[in-house]
Amino acid sequence: MIKVLEKIPETDPLAIPTKHAIIDQVLDFNKNIPGATMVVLSELQSRIGHISIPMQAYVAQKLRVPMSEINGVVSFYSFFTTKPKGKHTMKFCMGTACYVGGTSQLIDKAKQILGIELGQTMPDGSITLEVCRCVGACSQAPVVVVDEDMHGRIPPNKLPQIIKKYQK
Amino acid sequence: MKFYRSHVLVSIDPASVAKGVHELIDALQDELVTQGLIGEVQVLETSQISEHPEGLEMVVYPEGVHYTGIQIDDVPYLVEEHFLKGRVVKRFLAKETKPSDEELGPPKSKEVRVVLRNCGQIDPENIEDYIIEDGYQALGKVLSEMTPEQVIEEVITSGLRGRGGAGFSTGRKWQFAKSAPGDVKYLICNADEGDPGAFMNRRVLESDPHSVIEGMVIAAYAIGCNQGYVYCRAEYPLAVKRLNTAIKQARAIGLFGNNILGSDFSFDLEVRIGAGAFVCGEETALMASIEGRRGEPRPRPPFPAIQGLWGKPTNINNVETYANIPQIISRGAAWFASMGTEKSKGTKTFAIAGDVNNTGLIEVPLGITLREVIYDVGGGIKNNKNFKAVQTGGPMGGCLPAQYLDMPVDYESLMSAGSIMGSGGMIVMDEDTCMVDIARFFMDFTQDESCGKCTPCRVGTRRILEILERICEGEGRESDIETLEMLCRQIKTTSLCGLGQGAPNPVESTLKHFRSEYEAHIREKRCPSKVCRKLIHYNIVDACTGCLVCARNCPVNAITGERRQLHVIDAELCIRCGICEQVCNFNAVEVWS
Repeated sequence: MIKVLEKIPETDPLAIPTKHAIIDQVLDFNKNIPGATMVVLSELQSRIGHISIPMQAYVAQKLRVPMSEINGVVSFYSFFTTKPKGKHTMKFCMGTACYVGGTSQLIDKAKQILGIELGQTMPDGSITLEVCRCVGACSQAPVVVVDEDMHGRIPPNKLPQIIKKYQK
Repeated sequence: MKFYRSHVLVSIDPASVAKGVHELIDALQDELVTQGLIGEVQVLETSQISEHPEGLEMVVYPEGVHYTGIQIDDVPYLVEEHFLKGRVVKRFLAKETKPSDEELGPPKSKEVRVVLRNCGQIDPENIEDYIIEDGYQALGKVLSEMTPEQVIEEVITSGLRGRGGAGFSTGRKWQFAKSAPGDVKYLICNADEGDPGAFMNRRVLESDPHSVIEGMVIAAYAIGCNQGYVYCRAEYPLAVKRLNTAIKQARAIGLFGNNILGSDFSFDLEVRIGAGAFVCGEETALMASIEGRRGEPRPRPPFPAIQGLWGKPTNINNVETYANIPQIISRGAAWFASMGTEKSKGTKTFAIAGDVNNTGLIEVPLGITLREVIYDVGGGIKNNKNFKAVQTGGPMGGCLPAQYLDMPVDYESLMSAGSIMGSGGMIVMDEDTCMVDIARFFMDFTQDESCGKCTPCRVGTRRILEILERICEGEGRESDIETLEMLCRQIKTTSLCGLGQGAPNPVESTLKHFRSEYEAHIREKRCPSKVCRKLIHYNIVDACTGCLVCARNCPVNAITGERRQLHVIDAELCIRCGICEQVCNFNAVEVWS
């Protein structure tokens, strides 16, 4: 744990003062509540965008729990990522209604347009492609969620317009 | 009180004030005086009428006519036409806006709305809206007139059973937690609605959060808890936001916190957010997650009622269960028990999705038949196709074929048919759905969401998935069906939690009811529903006009052909995505298997 914190890469959020301040703020605010680990990690994921290995070591140190436990939690939940994502994240809903409604065709189309696979980010850092669990908008299947915006009832030939909107 | 034959409600909001609504009201009054109608028509001010008003607006009652875009110069004409001659002025009529609520339409004839009664009717971000609908009256009644024992007795008598799917008696559960030794007890609301295709909990939390909160405070009073948690999944940001707003508002007026409504009972509530793990809907895994650990379930007993969150007695119920409580208290257990069947009382919300005409949320009395749900409430199968199966209970549920359509929907009937109630997802599938593919889809889900703690679930679901994938790709072996049946049996009997125990259900039920489809895949290498990509191919037939639309849309450029000439699909390049079939305007692309 100490070793990880000795050599923090320059690009890590911990090495960037503004982001470091956010991390400290999240930790200070939440460290005393019961079950703080999940709350802190969720906050960091949403405010920093990912939870790098040095960040995990830092959180472990501040919350006084073993780093293995923090890493165990980060790797368990699919919302926590250890690598930064693109500026926009495009998620394809894999709920039953969307699956039956043609999500796999949308994914094929997106892969074709962007030239990346699921889980990958565009080289320019603009878009990350992902699948996600049912977002509960089943009456609008198939659904694509970009960041917080929900797009429903999308036929494959409407997808390019949506992608274009976020590529700028 | 003076009687008026007509009331005019004029919308007053910042935008309309800027547009001169006060001058409009003056002009209206003046004109009514001039025409001698001031004693018959009353002009009133009201809050904003429509969300995005186009100019000044008013509603005239008793007709309920909605006028919009009225200028001061129009007033004399409007008063003369509407109030003197009694004719509606069409030119100012507000355009009929389509109902924008795609999830929850107006109630159909067989629906009874209890949990959903306020959804879409009140402003969820305003506690007063809830209070006007008799909200928090049940809490007042409980705190001032009832002992905790009486509350539990009432809930037991009502026959309410857990709406999360397992169907355990809610009142009994409360009793266990109440009688468990210990001073500190916790209350949890399970809002980790992970079943794909189910969104009733999200909708209740988003549209009527106070009903859940009120139910929780009543439960806390009955059991003796002072701290509660709502565990909501991270996929539902709006639900989390509305819950937090509701908690803040309730606390501000003393419905929460210390000495609620002047009694000596204190309770506080906090929202905790999940991080995308389906297994956290299992109660012991959920508690591990709140404690800040990996969401892995543990064996029961001890049950949460004895040893739950941080080792203390804990009561945990689903969103919908809590949302039923205030109405059971205020309308009485007998009223609730009058709906439903002998063992399954009350109403249940279902999220209908898939190949049915009216998708969305419904709420029906338990005991209604599947046919009534799908055909009367759901409006039948889309595009006049044939019904094939309905999948209930999410990934732990099963697929039921047409012979079960007249079966009543209740906990026991669904269980005996090889499915479960679950949280109430209902996916209707038409004849174009491949049941092997559906089983594979659900197994892919459970295999991915298995937490990995116990071997039968971790390894077993993986093995089942491998076999199903093989079958879907045309590589199925003669012994596969027997192997699947054996694996299902073993996983069911030896897994640690409900996820593993229920995981084989989609496979078992499809094997039981649609065995011939498995056999067609394995023996004839054919997908009867033309879904499994490796077993189908696309062909362009003579109807082709050579418009090139399919060729342009093909993601792998597998379609060749000159303009106005019959096109050809290169089967080697084709990835069978089906886009060509969708975009063709002449039905010239056919699927063969």
